[in-house]
Amino acid sequence: MISTLLAMQMDWALVLEKFLLIVVVVSVSLGFAMYSTYAERKVAAALQDRSGPNRFGWFGLLQPIADAIKLFSKEDIIPNKANKVLFVMGPGLAMLAALMTSAVIPWGDKVVLGGREISLQIADLNIGMLYVFAVVALGVYGVMIGGWSSNNKFSLLAAIRGASQNISYELAMGLSLIALLFVTGSLSLKDIVVGQQTNGWNILYQPLGFLIFIVCAFAECNRTPFDLPEAENELNFGYHQEYSSMKLGFYLFAEYINMFISSVIMATLYFGGYDIPFFNEAASSLHPNILALMGFGALMAKTVFFVFVFMWVRWTIPRFRYDQLMNLGWKSLIPLALFNMLITGAVVLYLQNGWPKF
Amino acid sequence: MDKTQFMFWFLSALAVFSSLMVITRKNPVYSVLFLIITFFAISGHYVLMNAQFLAIVNIIVYAGAIMVLFLFVLMLMNLNKESEQQKNKYLLWSGAIAGGMLMVIMIAALNTTEPAVISQPGAGQIGLIKNLGTKLFTEYVVPFEISSILFLSAMVGAVVLGKKGD
Repeated sequence: MISTLLAMQMDWALVLEKFLLIVVVVSVSLGFAMYSTYAERKVAAALQDRSGPNRFGWFGLLQPIADAIKLFSKEDIIPNKANKVLFVMGPGLAMLAALMTSAVIPWGDKVVLGGREISLQIADLNIGMLYVFAVVALGVYGVMIGGWSSNNKFSLLAAIRGASQNISYELAMGLSLIALLFVTGSLSLKDIVVGQQTNGWNILYQPLGFLIFIVCAFAECNRTPFDLPEAENELNFGYHQEYSSMKLGFYLFAEYINMFISSVIMATLYFGGYDIPFFNEAASSLHPNILALMGFGALMAKTVFFVFVFMWVRWTIPRFRYDQLMNLGWKSLIPLALFNMLITGAVVLYLQNGWPKF
Repeated sequence: MDKTQFMFWFLSALAVFSSLMVITRKNPVYSVLFLIITFFAISGHYVLMNAQFLAIVNIIVYAGAIMVLFLFVLMLMNLNKESEQQKNKYLLWSGAIAGGMLMVIMIAALNTTEPAVISQPGAGQIGLIKNLGTKLFTEYVVPFEISSILFLSAMVGAVVLGKKGD
């Protein structure tokens, strides 16, 4: 077995490079999610005229670490009547789906290390956007399995709400992405970013599509105003009601990672990704490593802004009622997305072929 | 054994094992979860044949949407031991005979045919989204449009059934 594996002709340098990249990307996602919890409380505090966490560390900066210690050291309870295997699997699936998306995101251009060009993207799939879409679609299993295996009617109701909400909003999201595809002409996220560097950001061509996408992203992340699966006044605490200790922590953490990843995706698809605004990367004489670092910084700045929007909305807008949520998804967003798709398609065809001659 | 062969055998074993688990599990929720693993294994085969678009669409449509609805129904039905129907003995026998006959026919049919020549692993181009789109909208445009009308009629049917109560 081992000899078989060794005999395979593999480019071990490439394997090592990708492995390191995966470790870095996952740690960055986790670290970002950790400090999002801190930022969320600080933003909430600012919006409600409080001071937020300020006891542990300078300005309360060590608060996430205190939270992690608290969650890890709590008693881990598995209910007697729960399905034990699935109960443990639920938070794991939620985490897995949250972290898998980062594989196709171009985090920057390339870095040169010792004469070797390293692309800051784990995998440049030619169907990158569909991959993101598939992983988002899988994200619902964590909620469903966790909710069902708890053997609690509130959890089950929340799981079913979560699943129907995700499926409904995926449709509008997919339709808004199709319109974006007409503009970019490629499904690879790398190509989309490179295209935006030359032609300008996609938000200029797809403002309506972006609006639909951001609403659907809120719904897919189960964030307020769409946090129906965890509506505490109707369902106690939603699908993770029976969870305690780090299993609960994983669910909460997965939500923050999802928020981070969807902010990165929005920045990549509509706001130029690692493109630095008002700066011509191709013509600059800077070292590629410095350029890559600046690009990564630009991507992170855009991401931080979108994460802030997520928090801003959460502490400003109240939750929808369930029928309002479904009406918005099926009767407003999907027709709007179809309309956007039709207009975009017509304009793209006109620009390519000119006015049709009869 | 090179990389592709290793992956092929691994994915095939995974697919066969998980489909066996689908039909042998008592708890239908486990069956659905194993069916999802089967879909992933089949998508892996598509990737080996360089059909990335088919692989990802297989996951989006089957694992991401249809299986969610399966789980949905199973969770609402709340299947347990008491509500399980007693199985009819004759039904069991007729099922075994019908299935056995199907297997005999399959073996007979597959035994005489020439083994299909599949394109070299990783070399096929038809599964890539650009080639597939071009083929679908030029050579196979009529069957494609007919199947889309079929989907539309299914959708209208579902809406009509859903509206019956009002």
